[in-house]
Amino acid sequence: MKIVVAIKQVPTRDSQLSIASSGKWIEEADLSYEINELDAYALEAGLQLKEAHGGEVLALCAGPARVAQTILEALAKGADRAIHIEEQAATALDPLATARLLAAALRSEAPDLVLTGPQSDDLGYGQTGAILAELLGLPHATIVMHVEKLDGGIRVKRELEDGWFQHVEMPLPALLTIQSGISKLRYVTLMGVKKAKTKEVRRVTAADLGVAPLAPSVTMERFCFPQRTKRAQVFEGNPQDAAAQLVEKLRFEARVI
Amino acid sequence: MSILAVMEQRGGVWNRMSFETLAAARQLARELDTTASAAVLGQSIGHLAAELASKHLEKVYAVEHALLEDYTPDAYSIALRQLVELAKPSIVLFPHTYQVRDFLPKLAASLGRVAVSDAISHRVDQGKLVLTRQLFQGRIRVDARFAGDAPHFASLQAGAYAPDQPDPEGTPPDAADAAHPAAAVEKFAPRISPGEIRTRPLELFRESQRSVNLGAAEIIVSVGRGIQEAGNIPLIEKLAEALGAELGASRPICDAGWLPNERQVGSSGQTVAPKMYMAIGISGAIQHLVGMKASRTVVAINKDPNAPIFEVADYGIVGDLFQVVPALVEALQKSK
Repeated sequence: MKIVVAIKQVPTRDSQLSIASSGKWIEEADLSYEINELDAYALEAGLQLKEAHGGEVLALCAGPARVAQTILEALAKGADRAIHIEEQAATALDPLATARLLAAALRSEAPDLVLTGPQSDDLGYGQTGAILAELLGLPHATIVMHVEKLDGGIRVKRELEDGWFQHVEMPLPALLTIQSGISKLRYVTLMGVKKAKTKEVRRVTAADLGVAPLAPSVTMERFCFPQRTKRAQVFEGNPQDAAAQLVEKLRFEARVI
Repeated sequence: MSILAVMEQRGGVWNRMSFETLAAARQLARELDTTASAAVLGQSIGHLAAELASKHLEKVYAVEHALLEDYTPDAYSIALRQLVELAKPSIVLFPHTYQVRDFLPKLAASLGRVAVSDAISHRVDQGKLVLTRQLFQGRIRVDARFAGDAPHFASLQAGAYAPDQPDPEGTPPDAADAAHPAAAVEKFAPRISPGEIRTRPLELFRESQRSVNLGAAEIIVSVGRGIQEAGNIPLIEKLAEALGAELGASRPICDAGWLPNERQVGSSGQTVAPKMYMAIGISGAIQHLVGMKASRTVVAINKDPNAPIFEVADYGIVGDLFQVVPALVEALQKSK
């Protein structure tokens, strides 16, 4: 099976975020980055399918030069090769623009299966996977917990709300977005990193791919921190004092203990 | 200009979030000085369409086809594309359900558009709609505006709008009357052929019964990513014991196998509303909040003062949980 895993690089989870002075995005200076966690599960699912059924895993990532590190980690975990679509932040804010680049890069690849995470930790649109399926003309399923290979297709277990699940069958090629927790994530090993440095990374630009920018159908205009709406009484400072104040409130004001 | 709310049903039963979308559609229509209509898709849905007719709407579309009986992203996208062509709404609203997350991006992309997904509120600025959505798991917000030609698409976060009551008994608060005659129900049969449906949905199922019923607990102490590693969980267990509480967790903790899945609170776990819910090291992504925000008293302990969990909290401590939790256990023991 030829498996493509689309991965995104996002600011690390514990980043201290601030708004850029333009008000149009976050301040990027001093941020550190990592693979979007849900995409790490998609990569893991791809590697396990390859181990079970043979074939190759191709990592696909769009972003500026810094994403090379995330690509290297994917290769170190076992992806066979990678495509880096070099692009700047402007298009990265629109999932359709990103999906058009990803789709164009895959036209010459003809994968059997395309995997990605259901949502990114940064923009959180939760759309790129399903949009990519539409652009590639592939059937898809989102929030997948398990993938089983059948003759000529796959059966997947989808997560629904309130503890419900559903099996869905479809032919290959297809696109799936993989839910977190589907399996344990493997670690990057030193040997893996060593091997990764010898693997092929194809670098392309939007122009190379013949993708001309479209006018966006949604514009994002003002980034801000949420305003506190509920009046939480917040204690700070010395932990002992804060704990004592909280216990007092819980006992005599909220009366819950 | 007009607003269309696309309702969600399965097997003839509403997804309750649809009524939040319906209420939002009517509110937007009022504020933008236009009309609101609603659509329901499926097979044998006449009774659902009839129920919508009394909801102060301009029109109700009953989109019926045998291939819409069981949800597939292909059939829903095809049917809705044809409906949008027929009804020509300016703005199409959806509840942000798992099903909508599955097909809406595809539908919008097939029309060259991006949906504003998981919107939490709106305002009208000079006659134009501005939607607010969350980024970075709720830590940052952004105002989004539609550009280019209609139709525009958006999905609304669970709980963002107060619902209309779906109760068919008695007199609904918005029953049709002289001022609000029942809306016309327009039946629409989309053209869909079996060959266009590429996925085959099988039966829905639930996994084995849970042995932990968090719903019955009076106090729940829940732990999240802030705990850093499995070896630190006993710290939280000690606090739970001091409070006589059940232990809960956010999804990453269960994904990592540090606590069993049956202790997971949130959209993919259990929904709880205890007397007190204490969230420790949980930032408060919406997937978690929907599972606990109805709790009577919410306490948050987090090192990030901007963590969205503080938005739903009544009390909070901003600080390092590894210092705060032991201090809290001590304070509880002292006050006994």
